[in-house]
Amino acid sequence: MHAFNYESPSTLADALKLMKAHGEKARPLCGGTDLLIQMRAGVRQPEFVVDIKKIKELRELKFSARAGLRLGAAVSCIDIAENEEMRRNYPGLTEAAHLIGSLQIQNRASVGGNLCNGSPAADSTPALIALKARARIAGPRGEREVPVEEFVVSPGRTVLKPGELLVQLLIPAPAPHSSDAYLRFIPRNEMDIAVVGVGASVTLDGDKVKAARIGLGAVAATPLFAQKASESLAGKKLDDAALETAARLASEASSPIDDMRGTAEYRRHVTGVLTRRVLTIAAERARKR
Amino acid sequence: MSKKTLVETTINGEAVEFLCEPRQSLLECLRDVLELTGSKEGCLTGDCGACSVLVDGRAVCSCLMLGVEAQGKNIRTVEGLADGTALHPLQQKFLEHASLQCGICTPGILVSATALLNRNPDPTEQEVRYALAGNLCRCTGYDKIVRAVLDAAKAMKSGARPNRAA
Repeated sequence: MHAFNYESPSTLADALKLMKAHGEKARPLCGGTDLLIQMRAGVRQPEFVVDIKKIKELRELKFSARAGLRLGAAVSCIDIAENEEMRRNYPGLTEAAHLIGSLQIQNRASVGGNLCNGSPAADSTPALIALKARARIAGPRGEREVPVEEFVVSPGRTVLKPGELLVQLLIPAPAPHSSDAYLRFIPRNEMDIAVVGVGASVTLDGDKVKAARIGLGAVAATPLFAQKASESLAGKKLDDAALETAARLASEASSPIDDMRGTAEYRRHVTGVLTRRVLTIAAERARKR
Repeated sequence: MSKKTLVETTINGEAVEFLCEPRQSLLECLRDVLELTGSKEGCLTGDCGACSVLVDGRAVCSCLMLGVEAQGKNIRTVEGLADGTALHPLQQKFLEHASLQCGICTPGILVSATALLNRNPDPTEQEVRYALAGNLCRCTGYDKIVRAVLDAAKAMKSGARPNRAA
């Protein structure tokens, strides 16, 4: 790896000072499971590496039935996966965090880092989109919030400007009779990058869908919110016809590429299949709540 | 730029201080600075698990952690599993089941298996396979490894003990 300076500020104010002072030369470090690989490959060569794991706001995982979830950007995937409130209230996001890489990776990597890395195939991002998460960003000009589906702007690039940090992910409290789910297709059981990933949340009103949100991963240059597919379900019973329409619209919203993991045509097809399945799972879970 | 930092840490139960540059991974610090060469360098991308060590009880890839991040942490490497010549039950069972051939993955697998048994003393076969998904072995086909871990769990339940709090 190239030579760099390492800082590990213990307050958000100190971290922001460092980020502001070093601008584009600085890169935040959380679990390092993407950054260290990129630095070794020479893809990123920050002069200042700012370890954000000691900052209280970034380590916070706080759920309340009224205010919802404040998920610090540095909370590790394993801390999410082992948290009872997360498993109960956000099972889809929890299962997404729990299938990123191996346990060794989950023990270090964070959902915030997964988002900031900006990969179109990030597993936890479609799950965040399904939950209508907002990214709380702090920077030299104060704070701002960005809907998570707008956070990644192109592969490896995000809305974060020099000097800015992702502080927390803000997720609404689950509505009554709602739940979420995430499914990823890979050709093996563990340890692979998504060919397609789909997250969905479903809120039921009796036997009908009150609202749904579908997030897509690995089928476009950025993770996507499949808006038309999501809205097509409102007011409908989640029967075969409704699922088929949502699957078709989700598939149409995708714009995948051919690569070693799958052809574009295959990915469009799998997007529809996973959309059906993930909506069915989320609805089953919602019925129990 | 390449100024060295003093890192204070606990390794295998002993207070250890070492000097390193920020760009040195924990794996480099263990192997090249501290001469603890049990942890192996495999892929350097977090795929193979040969460099796995425990940090505050959690298995991590030491190739994906900076040495400076070890400040104040409690680290256990494969060297910390046996007590002198008395092997950890996992090590003993790996020998009995012939769970290794070339051996380069073995330290990382022993570390991951230790993390598993510390949290789940009675794992199912599926749980063992899941816990070891981040450790690649190109020789054994995994079956002998899984059998050794299950057998070690059984032995530890009936009294065989790791000699220190691994």
